[in-house]
Amino acid sequence: MADDLFNSFMNGPDEQGRFGIFGGRFVSETLMPLILRLEDEYNKAKDDPEFWAEMNDLWTHYVGRPSPLYHAERLSEELGGAKIYMKRDELNHTGAHKVNNVLGQILLARRMGKTRIIAETGAGQHGVATATVCAKFGLKCIVYMGAHDVKRQAPNVFRMRLLGAEVIAVQSGRGTLKDAMNDALRDWVTNVHDTFYCIGTAAGPHPYPAMVRDFQSIIGKEVRTQLAEQEGEGRLPDTVIAAIGGGSNAIGLFHPFLDDKSVRIIGVEAGGKGVDDRIEHCASLTGGRPGVLHGNRTYLLQDGDGQIMDGYSISAGLDYPGIGPEHSWLHEIGRAEYVSITDKEALDAFQVSCRTEGIIPALEPSHALAHVMKIAPDLPKDHIIVMNMCGRGDKDVFTVAKHLGFDMSDTEEGRSFEE
Amino acid sequence: MTRIDAKFAALSAAGKKAFVAYVMAGDPDFETSLEVVKGLPGADVDVIELGLPFTDPMADGPTIQLAGQRALEAGMTLERTLELARRFREEDNTTPIVLMGYYNPIYNRGVDTFLEDAKAAGIDGLIVVDLPPEEDAELCIPAQKAGLNFIRLATPTTDDARLPRVLQNTSGFVYYVSVTGITGSAEAQAGDVGPEVARIKASTDLPVIVGFGINTPEKAENIASVADGAVVGSAIVSQIAAGKPVAEVLEFVKTLSDGAHRA
Repeated sequence: MADDLFNSFMNGPDEQGRFGIFGGRFVSETLMPLILRLEDEYNKAKDDPEFWAEMNDLWTHYVGRPSPLYHAERLSEELGGAKIYMKRDELNHTGAHKVNNVLGQILLARRMGKTRIIAETGAGQHGVATATVCAKFGLKCIVYMGAHDVKRQAPNVFRMRLLGAEVIAVQSGRGTLKDAMNDALRDWVTNVHDTFYCIGTAAGPHPYPAMVRDFQSIIGKEVRTQLAEQEGEGRLPDTVIAAIGGGSNAIGLFHPFLDDKSVRIIGVEAGGKGVDDRIEHCASLTGGRPGVLHGNRTYLLQDGDGQIMDGYSISAGLDYPGIGPEHSWLHEIGRAEYVSITDKEALDAFQVSCRTEGIIPALEPSHALAHVMKIAPDLPKDHIIVMNMCGRGDKDVFTVAKHLGFDMSDTEEGRSFEE
Repeated sequence: MTRIDAKFAALSAAGKKAFVAYVMAGDPDFETSLEVVKGLPGADVDVIELGLPFTDPMADGPTIQLAGQRALEAGMTLERTLELARRFREEDNTTPIVLMGYYNPIYNRGVDTFLEDAKAAGIDGLIVVDLPPEEDAELCIPAQKAGLNFIRLATPTTDDARLPRVLQNTSGFVYYVSVTGITGSAEAQAGDVGPEVARIKASTDLPVIVGFGINTPEKAENIASVADGAVVGSAIVSQIAAGKPVAEVLEFVKTLSDGAHRA
């Protein structure tokens, strides 16, 4: 742990909701009182053992936590270097890490007496998780999803509707995740009395980045315990790796290890077609610069005039021009490293995971896995890497099929595949 | 004393209410937009709110979102927005201009550089939607030091406990947002707004101007009668969106300002 409290990396954010210069509360006055009340209620819940008892009960019996920490033996052998573990958050109910956070926020909404839940979603995973938990608690659920994403993620749209949610196709802007977030904020500002905004990533105005991180930190805490059980008391990972869109699964894995100086921390951004001037990527840290959007200061993809650019990635879940403010801070102080992986590298890793481990990963953690595949061969066999397998790939098989030239719509193979 | 302070002092002396008109800079293009802005004083507009286009205007409804997109597509930038103000100032040195928008383009330019350039361009005040009092150190305080007014929004969710904080570093006037919602949405009701304006006026000597949900001369009159003035934005922007000739847009603005001035 830290040499002393003053040198801890785990104390953020400060009272203004800042991690260094990042974070803050850049929202309109209408929302400001709501955000202050949320902060107040969250602080109370955080210190309330009953709140955590309810969370733990649901995590165990509804989500299926703890998720396994799995030694990927064949993958490790094939790469011929480091010992690779996968944190299996893709086995959670709803198929991704998103539900960890949604449960926390919905319990908070219930404590606050809110009856109407709104959420934004890109690939649809956060939308599905929110619709799921709202169904469980009988809450009205409205999910904002960019019109472009509604088209390319039709199965998740149907799932949300089955679960009783209303899915609103956002026509504003270019119809992607950032536009969905704009419209969710517009909804919130209009329906201030009964509505709780359940944000899906560790971004937005304070207290969201800290709150979402705290709910997702269950990932890293479990890894710490599980690795000690499997590798011996006190054994820490040498490297932890996770994919980053907004960065909630990553901060959940990283945060419990921030003060363990021996642990190397690597975040993997979506490099799309390559990180260069054309902005056909979503690598906010490696290809952007600080700005203010959606309630926080953080690294953003923007043009010379401060207008926000649309990112691009094969993975709809990483397709966001910003990143959680705590990552921006960890990047600037150098506690974590951030790299990028292209679409092609992620697609290769996707197939390697299927073939060597029998695990069909989502395209998001395929980015993390691709970086594992880059560094593992040169590391010694006693070097332990833990990567976060934060979502499963069912939602992505159509996209991957298309990129691999496999037509699932017309052929006999396609029909049998779908059956 | 800024042009805003001088204007409100004059209106008050004459016992008149203020009419504030919002247009998006560069909508649908620079020259048309400049022509509209130049015509506003002649349509009896007391204060001009000049929209600074931004890709992600999270407090605006579709009308102003689309106006911003049209402006950006026509090549509008912060620099060109200030240029538009400079061109206006060549002919008019008294009508106040308030720049209204979001923080990122300003932050991106650098606060000190922006303030110097804005002042030189003849901007008198700023309304920056995503800078609540909690972020005053960012721009509000530097702007006041640079001699620009920083106009704050007060809203129906701003309760009595919070109001002093909202008013603390506000200057020029207070902009009361009449509805919880986005621009161009629900309709403002004078019956709801009156007591709220009175509540704010009990805590400040600044003029209180009401905006959001005002789209006809009658509503401008009703709202102005319970406040120090009224703002119309989306209704004017809709005329521009419909491709109306500048003269017709200005005639429509005149009917609104007449409404507010009847109050």
